[in-house]
Amino acid sequence: MLSYILRRLVTGLVTLLGISVISFFIIQLVPGDPAQIQTSQIADAAVSERVYQQLRELYGLDKPIPVQYANWVGKLVVGDLGSSFHDGRRVSAKIGEALWPTLSVALLSFMLTLIISTPIGIYSALRQGGGFDRSVSTGLYMLYSVPNYVAGMLLILYLGVKWDLLPFRGMRSDGYDEMTTLGQMWDLAQHYVLITFCFTFGNLAYYSRFIRQNLLEVVRQDYIRTARAKGLGEQSVVLKHAFTNSLIPLISLIGLTFPFVLSGSVILEYMFNWPGLGRLYFESVLQRDYPTIMALNFITALLVLGITFIADLTYGLVDPRISYEK
Amino acid sequence: MTIEARNSPAPVRSYWGITWRRFRTHRLGMVGLCVVAVLFLVAFLSPILANEQPILCRFDGGFYYPAVVDLIHQVPGTSLIIKKQRPYRLATFDFKREFDPERGDWALWTPVRYGPREIAAEPLAGPSSRHWLGTDQSGRDVLSRMVHGTVVSMKVGFLSMGIAVILGLVLGCIAGYAGGAADLVISRFIEVVMCFPPFFLILAVLAWFPPSIENVMIVIGLTRWVGIARFARGEILRIRETDYALAARSLGVKPAQLVLRHLLPNALAPVLVSVTFGIAVSILIEAGLSWLGFGVQPPDASWGTILRSGYENLFTAGHMIPPACVAIFLAVLSFNLVGDTLRDVIDPRLQAERA
Repeated sequence: MLSYILRRLVTGLVTLLGISVISFFIIQLVPGDPAQIQTSQIADAAVSERVYQQLRELYGLDKPIPVQYANWVGKLVVGDLGSSFHDGRRVSAKIGEALWPTLSVALLSFMLTLIISTPIGIYSALRQGGGFDRSVSTGLYMLYSVPNYVAGMLLILYLGVKWDLLPFRGMRSDGYDEMTTLGQMWDLAQHYVLITFCFTFGNLAYYSRFIRQNLLEVVRQDYIRTARAKGLGEQSVVLKHAFTNSLIPLISLIGLTFPFVLSGSVILEYMFNWPGLGRLYFESVLQRDYPTIMALNFITALLVLGITFIADLTYGLVDPRISYEK
Repeated sequence: MTIEARNSPAPVRSYWGITWRRFRTHRLGMVGLCVVAVLFLVAFLSPILANEQPILCRFDGGFYYPAVVDLIHQVPGTSLIIKKQRPYRLATFDFKREFDPERGDWALWTPVRYGPREIAAEPLAGPSSRHWLGTDQSGRDVLSRMVHGTVVSMKVGFLSMGIAVILGLVLGCIAGYAGGAADLVISRFIEVVMCFPPFFLILAVLAWFPPSIENVMIVIGLTRWVGIARFARGEILRIRETDYALAARSLGVKPAQLVLRHLLPNALAPVLVSVTFGIAVSILIEAGLSWLGFGVQPPDASWGTILRSGYENLFTAGHMIPPACVAIFLAVLSFNLVGDTLRDVIDPRLQAERA
């Protein structure tokens, strides 16, 4: 077990190193560095050139790329993500600010997905092939094929503009500060509705189908027959014996999808003017804000690797038949 | 299987023949396939469906067929052999203005009489009898742009997945068959690519290339091959241990031939499923990138850019949004249906359950 963990940690570290090297070089290869973008507005060529050189020096862009990379890693080791090239603020502060809007929508969407799809999945499994099962799964399948930004555009057009029911720009209305606490909460809640819906509806089909499939597999097991034979009620068999055992793959699925949800959706956040991580990334790419791009790439990769690792470990904890020894 | 069926000598069918017969029994899969075929036809026939120049016309005493030439030019390379007739070739020539019935001119127009870039009417006009889906911010016909946007979507879908398939199969086969160091390097590389959220990678790479449809295709292809490579690697690993692979090897078949003739054809079915889903995803990514301004550039038409014009003129011209949404939805849904059906059809485990 310990040797397995060690081996995984070492390969994980190598992968992480590979990811950071690749993204560092890709970013550097992009034509137009931040100093150039920031000095493009200066009319006087001589001044522009002087400022350009000073900025390059300030950002450390005048050094060879491997040296820059070594500097970046050196700072990273002591937990310093650097400062943004665009506005000079700490990258950690920028990410911290954008984290909550993305995280809150992601969590809300996950909770809603589970609350809605669990009963649907269970009920469909119990009435397999029945009218409910088929109509719901067809309906959810259609929903699943609606791309989330397409739904977002339609919702903005109809609910936001034509019928003017819900706000769709940003997290707060103008004049948010003058509202009462209750009013502020109501305003915030309204702004969450559309974007949360867009993040949620596509997952419903996937999750309810997943829950249904797992439950169907568990129901065939011998211990379920035993539970029935003991004379337990159907409800107790399904909810206590079958459903709890079908939860394990569900947990790993959540773990696997979560890092990507956390990185936010560039298009949706941009569409709803949502100040989250996806929009931050998009803006950083446009501004050639190297430290922010690197930090976001690195954090996402770290999350993906870490969560896959934890998921692999929990498999072993949950299922003793899985062995980590080679 | 009934006894009669087992006794009568069944005609020998190829694997793909059997697959196609099974596929035909799935109604939803066939519907999806039909929609895909229609989209493909619309894309290919777009020059004679929506064009500012007629299919056939008489002009100043001569006969011309400019839209048909446009159609032929859809096939790469033909523009070197067949050229548009004299006046229609010129950028300044406007047939609609020169058209003069009193001289005996007549024209067989395309169903939509406006080209995707032609400035035909007032900007941001709503749907009318002349412009069925209205016009965009420059006064271009939205229906014509939708038709020509189909070309972009189909091209991106198929060509980007073509790139992904070639890359994925080559690397997957090498990793699966050679094993050892090659497998280690390729698998690690796949893992690295998978750790990037796909959209992040595409954005990062696209900031590097100038935005154009060709670059979008290449970038999507370069980021989508990992799934195919993993599939191919797994399948090759499985198949190389089968008896027929062993038989071929003991007959002295060389590794390259063994992989290409014996292993790969048997690994293709699952790859095909993931390609079908991949096309849907590519279409989706292209529209999203074009929406963000990284894909197809105006004045060229794509479903994503039409959606973007609608978004920029939300309060004055929402009429551009629903058509683009419906088109993207239909394309994604139909490719998903085909992919799902294909997966059901070629998975022998599911066949046993259905029987």
